[in-house]
Amino acid sequence: MRLTDTPEEAAWRAEVRDFLDTELPDEFKRRNRVSDAPFAGYEAGAAVPANGRPTAVTGGSGFRLEGGARGEWREKLAARGWIAPAWPKEYGGAGLTTTEQFILNEEFAEFGAPQVGGMGVSMAGPTIIKHGTDEQKAEHLPRILKGEVQWCQGFSEPGSGSDLASLQTRAVRDGDEFVINGSKIWTSGAASANWMFMLARTDTEAPKHRGISYFLLDFTTPGITVQPLVNMAGGAGFNQVFFDNVRVPARNVVGEVNRGWYVATTTLDFERSSIGTSVGINHAVDQIIRWAKENQDSPQSTLSRNPIARAELIDRYIEARVAKMLSYRVVHMQQAGLIPNHEASMAKLFATELTQRIYRTAEKMTGLYGLLWERDEELAPVGGQFARSYVSSVSSTIAGGTSEIQRNIISQRGLGMPRS
Amino acid sequence: MDLGLTEEQQMLRDFARDFLEKEAPEQYVRDMEEDPQGYLPAVWNKMAEQGWMGLIVPDSYGGVGMGYLDLMVLIEEFGRNLTPGPFRSNSVATIALLEAASDAQKQVYLPAIASGTQVWALAHTEPSARFDEQGVQLTATRDGDVYVLNGTKLFVPNSHVADKMVVTARSANGISMFVVDAKAAGVTHRPLVTMASDRQSEVTFDNVRVPASDILGEEGKAWPVFQRISQKATVLEAAYLVGLSQMAFEITLDYTKERVQFGQPIASFQAMQHMAADMATDVDASRYITYQAAWDVDTDEDDADETVHVAKAWVSEASRRVVAKAQEMHGGIGFTKDYKIQLYFRRQKAAEVAWGDAEYHRELVGQALGI
Repeated sequence: MRLTDTPEEAAWRAEVRDFLDTELPDEFKRRNRVSDAPFAGYEAGAAVPANGRPTAVTGGSGFRLEGGARGEWREKLAARGWIAPAWPKEYGGAGLTTTEQFILNEEFAEFGAPQVGGMGVSMAGPTIIKHGTDEQKAEHLPRILKGEVQWCQGFSEPGSGSDLASLQTRAVRDGDEFVINGSKIWTSGAASANWMFMLARTDTEAPKHRGISYFLLDFTTPGITVQPLVNMAGGAGFNQVFFDNVRVPARNVVGEVNRGWYVATTTLDFERSSIGTSVGINHAVDQIIRWAKENQDSPQSTLSRNPIARAELIDRYIEARVAKMLSYRVVHMQQAGLIPNHEASMAKLFATELTQRIYRTAEKMTGLYGLLWERDEELAPVGGQFARSYVSSVSSTIAGGTSEIQRNIISQRGLGMPRS
Repeated sequence: MDLGLTEEQQMLRDFARDFLEKEAPEQYVRDMEEDPQGYLPAVWNKMAEQGWMGLIVPDSYGGVGMGYLDLMVLIEEFGRNLTPGPFRSNSVATIALLEAASDAQKQVYLPAIASGTQVWALAHTEPSARFDEQGVQLTATRDGDVYVLNGTKLFVPNSHVADKMVVTARSANGISMFVVDAKAAGVTHRPLVTMASDRQSEVTFDNVRVPASDILGEEGKAWPVFQRISQKATVLEAAYLVGLSQMAFEITLDYTKERVQFGQPIASFQAMQHMAADMATDVDASRYITYQAAWDVDTDEDDADETVHVAKAWVSEASRRVVAKAQEMHGGIGFTKDYKIQLYFRRQKAAEVAWGDAEYHRELVGQALGI
């Protein structure tokens, strides 16, 4: 048992920390800003297959670098070789071990520093590295690293959410092309994406998992319509995407035809601890505690007159520390050469349900004032952040595998309980 | 980051698990519920032969010289097995001596503990049912070369079988700790019957005369070192609960796979699956937060105190959820005395409230946070 860094780990951590301390502008550091809750409880850049993810260049806490600052930060990461830190070196990554990835992710999350690769780095790239042809690697990987291309994910459909394998978007072979018809939903970032990696059905006779293919789709192809969706928190990251006779070259299939499901579900050796989420949760609790203390004498904060809300806040702190341990357990397994499966589900389940509890408690801390969610409203506590997070955290337990599915995975795959 | 056990710890755990299954099986656990002593000296002696009583006693005092984390691993097995007897009390008193006794005192006391020939208890809580400094009202008054102790201790585990007790008391200038002969004149033990089938007593001290040389540390200055002792004891209690809840969970999982209703094992029903997933999460989370607290205490981290409060608060309630779900998932059979799952439910409560329940530790976390 060892719950502190080895000398090598400590040295690596110091290196990452020094870089962030020096290169990340002060005003962007987590402790110096107020920002919104993690979107759907997910940190940027984590390689966990998910439905609905933040768009590129968001830091822990959904924080977004804009314009020139984004480009500058990207250049600094590129100079350091950290655009795709977990990719193998031969493909332009830093070739980090799971431990090194974990420490880097933890420090990035502590600082609230954005990882810039988006889904190109976290999902499309690794899939192409693992299953792609040399031509596909040559065509796509350099452009992902240079940030020339923004990727989005086309998996979920209106009729296929938790039961993703039932997807119906159809790809029919026609010469050396496939013709795609159907629609995808919950496609984060589609409105600003250039490319999509997607799953479509290429065989309607085969069992559902075995009739799916994995396509790389150029968004300039005719027939694609992107319709932004507005969520209940007022955000518009999601989209529905419609495909009307969209023609995709057959060379844009990754892996074998009809083996797309398996292509999508195998990834490289990325660390899967959700440490960014756990760190974000701990920071969120710290922020609420700080705010409640600083505003004790204001009618906005119910802390001094609501002992039950106070007890809840303490519980949230305790749970946040427990959430971190569940993340640590996942990376511990990976370091020991074990493959976490239901353990990763457990960490995600716990962290996302906790996220919702945290914002419920934050609302209790702010009482009536907690209704105000406009940034510009001067009466809104914390610029309305807790209120917006309370509403947006509804999606935490649905995106990336619902809590119900996570419990199914834990009980069936983890505990061996039989399906009915 | 390594949350696994060392090879030595794995060996200790595997050996202890087999040993306890063999020497303290379910029938023994049940038989000892009715036994006034609460354990059989023959079983105690077998444990002593393994060196368990001296596990963390340095070998210069006749012990095995292993560490606190190793003791935690062993205590978890006691929880898993529900082993009756004074092992935990004995361990906590040993820790008290290691933390507070002088070298000369250690030479006198530790060898007999390490060999298993003496059983020790620790008497701290009083009728006030408080764990903090204000709760200690038993008085210790200097009279020549003795201290005279007067007052009552309540909810003292295993004092009725102890040879000696470590006792917290209030002197004129603060809290002191003493080694007291459990059978000294003026000491009375009244056994309490608890739902947990353990052995706790009300211990009254009526002008008990304790040699001045039996004070541990300086008069009136014992509170800081007692806090350290209670940190270590609290984490051990959490480890006991980890073992207890882990076993309750395993029994329940197996049961759901065997029990058939509506033509299929009840393990195939989603409600049962989701409860099992929550139990597994509670057990695993308990284990790892306990490890973090044990590590922080063992390495003397600055914020070890806070982590101990976090861990005990969490494990107290998580373990309660686990044993409650275990009962629910067993249905009617789980409610019978004959079926084993109730053994876990009742014992969980005693460990939940020992060394501070969730409310107590939650409050201390709150104070540490400044809210």
